[in-house]
Amino acid sequence: MNNNNDILLEVKNLKKYFPISTGAFQTKQLKAVDDVSFTIRRGETLGLVGESGCGKTTVGRTILNLYTPTDGEIIFDGKQIKTKKDLQEYRTHATMVFQDPYSSLDPRMTVADIIGEPLDVHKLYKNKEERAARIRELMGYVGLNSEHASRYPHEFSGGQRQRIGIARALAVNPSFIVCDEPVSALDVSIQAQVINMFKDLQKQLGLTYLFIAHDLLVVKHISDRIAVMYLGKLVELADANEIYRNPMHPYSQSLLSAVPIPDPDTARKNQRIVLEGDIPSPLNAPSGCPFRTRCPRATEQCAQSMPPLTDRGDGHFVACHLV
Amino acid sequence: MALLEVNNLRTSFFTQAGEVRAVNDVSFSLDRGKVLGIVGESGSGKSVTAYSIMQILTHPGRIVGGSVKFDGQELVGASKEEMRKIRGKKISIIFQDPMTSLNPVYTIGNQMREAIMLHTKRNKKQATERALELLRMVNVNEPEKRLKQYPHELSGGMRQRVMIAMAIACEPDILIADEPTTALDVTIQAQILEVMQNLQKELGLAIIMITHDLGVIAQLCDEVIVMYAGKICERGTADDIFYQPLHEYTKGLLASIPGADDDDKPLVPIAGTPVDLLNLPQGCFFAPRCKNAMKICLRKYPQMCQFTETHHSSCWMNIKEAADEGLVTLTEGEESANE
Repeated sequence: MNNNNDILLEVKNLKKYFPISTGAFQTKQLKAVDDVSFTIRRGETLGLVGESGCGKTTVGRTILNLYTPTDGEIIFDGKQIKTKKDLQEYRTHATMVFQDPYSSLDPRMTVADIIGEPLDVHKLYKNKEERAARIRELMGYVGLNSEHASRYPHEFSGGQRQRIGIARALAVNPSFIVCDEPVSALDVSIQAQVINMFKDLQKQLGLTYLFIAHDLLVVKHISDRIAVMYLGKLVELADANEIYRNPMHPYSQSLLSAVPIPDPDTARKNQRIVLEGDIPSPLNAPSGCPFRTRCPRATEQCAQSMPPLTDRGDGHFVACHLV
Repeated sequence: MALLEVNNLRTSFFTQAGEVRAVNDVSFSLDRGKVLGIVGESGSGKSVTAYSIMQILTHPGRIVGGSVKFDGQELVGASKEEMRKIRGKKISIIFQDPMTSLNPVYTIGNQMREAIMLHTKRNKKQATERALELLRMVNVNEPEKRLKQYPHELSGGMRQRVMIAMAIACEPDILIADEPTTALDVTIQAQILEVMQNLQKELGLAIIMITHDLGVIAQLCDEVIVMYAGKICERGTADDIFYQPLHEYTKGLLASIPGADDDDKPLVPIAGTPVDLLNLPQGCFFAPRCKNAMKICLRKYPQMCQFTETHHSSCWMNIKEAADEGLVTLTEGEESANE
């Protein structure tokens, strides 16, 4: 893939290791994200799925430099993010929506101050009137009544709080938003409202999303392409419908077959591939392919080397020795 | 006779702000060996229904009316001794978070033996054997090792299996599962659901599956109850609920979840926010959020009506449709209110 105008964000060999103390004077590296590379096109939604502990949230946070990457490059709009100055500018283009609408909003700040904070930080207004007008505009985008600007987060329901979080992310007029499980804490009827809002905002403002979630049906609904992670590695990346119709990696196959489909007929016919055992701890990740300990088809080769992520045609990337 | 019969059950929490009617006139029955799903959003009263059956409500909640009959025996008002014989032995319950249901300072073996020895006449050695047998039934690998481990040494999926093993230790007739897989990953969820399905087949266990996930319901359940604001709005077989939903709320729920098909039809969310149980509306509780609400919906709560042998729903829309087809006649007041 060339670094052309189509690509908004390119992540190259991203690594994030956390030092974990394993005893007196001993530390071990927890490889939360291990050599992950992908690109996100302008205006698309890339879904990132995987089970808990696979490193999907860490990828999202490392991309925005909320965690300093251990190694690797982040190239945004053709420009590598290196210096503090780059980062400051980058933060006005790329923002984040967090999972928990309860802990991600300061309970002692009013809605206007929460949404206005990024404007203050980046000095994006000339006078008070302009700031207030921008806050009203942002609240309008996410369907909040601007009369509620002086209220506190506890006066809102979960769905409304998530809207506040989204308005805050939109404040700096970004082109790219990392959405980290933005709907998992919400009830289904409210979840649909928020998902539709994400889609509308994307059309209206030309946004690009990295959408992280564990609910595979939600991810499929919102994403153009989907990336599957397992134990810090990217194992498959393809068009959303393609990956559902034709998952190639054994992990993606079992992951997708395990999704409970809300349709009794399909459920009766569906042959689930039930995996044995649990996800290994990332502290003791298996050698070679991380999935080989649970893979029904693992061979000796899988223990020896990590298969590279290669294109199998039409942008369907798979990291597996066996396909 | 049905194994479990719940009639007009009402449970309220008496808070300082007022009475919260968490379960409001709920009736259903469960046959031996069947799987009943209770689905609803947070605050719909699905968990409180289960706790009321088991009578493990905490202050300030209490059952204020109705009856729960297990195998002909009335449980509402039963003495503590009688309930103790029912819990664990006849009806068992497992919870969403297995970590809080297991005692962190005792080993798995210790806790399992306690449950087994309490309800059956087994000595310690026999209880250990039984514990091993149970762990094998729920597909726990290396069961001997697990007995010596503490809860924190096990993964979430493993803990939930241990909970299931303990719950079925005394071969109960009913297993109530309160969001058993909500905290687990999909591949682990698939394992747990498979274990539950196998147990249901092998032991003839009846299961009450409480969840907010319609996918889990579709996988597992014979019959489904849809709850909203403490009331049952619709009841029927899984096929009834998924393919011929009658109640406007059920229709709304189904339209608001993404399916597995290729076509990306937009989701149709339910407008508004969940109802405040302290300030219930006068008519149908769902009416303020319902896009087809009529005048009568805001005035009067609709009766639960039976549409087929298995399918019940309480929605004025259904009653109106039936009236239009001339199947029922409306009373004077209802007629004028319909538009």
